[in-house]
Amino acid sequence: MACDYEQLRRDVTWDVGKKDLGCVDGGTVNIGYLCVDRHVEAGRGGKMALIHESHDGSLRHFTFRDLQQLTNGWAQFLRGTLGIRQLDRVCLFLDKVPELYIGFLGVLKTGAVVEPLFSAFGEDALVARMQDSRATAIVTQRRHISKVRKAKDRLPDLRHIIVIDQEEGDKKLREDEIEYRMMDHRADTFAIAPTFAETPSVLHYTSGTTGAPKGAMHVHGSVFAQYLTSKVVLDIRDDDIYWCTADPGWVTGTSYGIIGAWANGVTQVVLDAGYSSDRWYATIERHKVTVWYTAPTAIRMLMKDGLDPVRRRNLASLRHMCSVGEPLNAEAVRWGYEAFGLWFHDTFWQTETGSIMVTNLPGMAVKPGSMGRPFPALTAAVVEPKTGEPITEPGKVGLIAIRPPWPSMMRTYWNNTATYYGKFLNGWYICGDQASVDKDGYFWFCGRDDDVINTGGHLVGPFEIESALLEHPAVAESAAIGKPDPVNMEVVKVFVALKPGFTADADLELDIMNYVRKKLSPLAMPQEIEFMDKVPKTRSGKILRRVLKAKELGQPIGDISTMDDD
Amino acid sequence: MKEMILDYIRNEYLDEDEVDDVDLDEHTKLISGGIVDSFSMVSLKRFLEKKFVISIPDDEASPEAFDTVTSIMALVNKHLAKKGA
Repeated sequence: MACDYEQLRRDVTWDVGKKDLGCVDGGTVNIGYLCVDRHVEAGRGGKMALIHESHDGSLRHFTFRDLQQLTNGWAQFLRGTLGIRQLDRVCLFLDKVPELYIGFLGVLKTGAVVEPLFSAFGEDALVARMQDSRATAIVTQRRHISKVRKAKDRLPDLRHIIVIDQEEGDKKLREDEIEYRMMDHRADTFAIAPTFAETPSVLHYTSGTTGAPKGAMHVHGSVFAQYLTSKVVLDIRDDDIYWCTADPGWVTGTSYGIIGAWANGVTQVVLDAGYSSDRWYATIERHKVTVWYTAPTAIRMLMKDGLDPVRRRNLASLRHMCSVGEPLNAEAVRWGYEAFGLWFHDTFWQTETGSIMVTNLPGMAVKPGSMGRPFPALTAAVVEPKTGEPITEPGKVGLIAIRPPWPSMMRTYWNNTATYYGKFLNGWYICGDQASVDKDGYFWFCGRDDDVINTGGHLVGPFEIESALLEHPAVAESAAIGKPDPVNMEVVKVFVALKPGFTADADLELDIMNYVRKKLSPLAMPQEIEFMDKVPKTRSGKILRRVLKAKELGQPIGDISTMDDD
Repeated sequence: MKEMILDYIRNEYLDEDEVDDVDLDEHTKLISGGIVDSFSMVSLKRFLEKKFVISIPDDEASPEAFDTVTSIMALVNKHLAKKGA
């Protein structure tokens, strides 16, 4: 059905989300309750909530009643046995196992704040985030415990290390580690914490150009926006089988892989396996997925394998497809149509916004390569970088800006209020991305307004990589930039000056790559290293990443009058 | 060759406490099994190129080609044969 955007602007308001969820101004709002118990109380406890497929193909099924009992059992353990209090930070450092989803909602039921951590993070990435949040507890698996053990001594506030998959015959856990198998503990009831719309809920760390990663603090009321955007943009309906391919270590995996999906009471599929095009198509076919929310990097990887693997599968169940993480190029949108007979609908938002901001809506004419139009319940514009004045001239580039407030916007950066306030200009929230708007009101992405690297749909801070590199015994100076990449949009490229006595060779290159991968994460690992005598800096010592990037792209270097040329 | 690649994967991609839990052999699924992710594949490719003095084109370094040590060995042998030809 064609989309009447102007009608949606009149009909779709955040209050619709609040009302649909049965919430009232000033009343209690708890994401755990709204995603699970509400459905059971409405007689939908027997409905399938989660179909989980592990890498070996085995399936586990969970109804909303299962989720209710398991999240209750887990919440009782946290509150009753461990003494977790409201607003304590509880980290989830888990693969995409069912315990991640149950753990997330159970923590929220206690009133504590859940802090998801990507399971491929290395020890330094863990420390940076957990030190800042002063996390009380971390929930993990045996396969990740060694990273937690290495980080532990630098985390004085960490009181509980909980391991969810310890089995008989496994090497014993250490004395200060707790074995807790979520699946063995169910409870029919739990006194859910009386949280409100403004009570902190989820703490997601995101990278910036400078400094350590920043914790975007979200609140329980974010669910109004995540519910509504899931319904209106992802077009989730009661009988859908929904697959969000994102990992809940990142915001898409929580906002739309948990909260938005289950606030709508949909059945969702989770595949806990590494990427393979055939496996992905098999997942759609096997579970008859109807709504698919994925990422441009994945789509481009599927494109690389061509149409044959698509043709070998029956993917007729697919009804609606969306994409997020980085701009979806026109070629990928067109390929999607050729492969599936459907358009990929690009969506734009970020960790700080908590939900979709600019988007292609179902039924809206898709302009391949465009980000779409503002979500109907909010006001977005491109603005002049210096004044924050909206740009009205079609095609003129400015900064993407959103008019606050909206329910899922971050309420602050944890421990970093000054940076939070720096995100606003002339009454707008400034996203940090450049775009233009055409005469029809469609937004077109142009690039980041800073040095943050967007690789595979995830933001990686150059400062974090440079800091890790400097800890390598051979590295004297370092700089990191995003290098354009046909699949991942950008990959990390680093420039390194070595200490005296070290020689640049293939051994050292590989050693540096693996060093960063283990310290931070595979996303932060340099895919390319260029050795140089000296990294370009200003006379005050600031790394001139823009000079390195311009050189890399073959563009003019621009003004280098401040460069230290000693 | 098999043992060398297996040792490298064990040392570089498995955590100390994971080594005992994962039964790693030449048939173990590396990429689809979640042991090596697609980003880390680049360092594995670099290791193979360095160790066997070959060059693997990017379009051949697919998740499928790197999914087991057996498929990796086939790829390496192909390029060793090319080099020798």
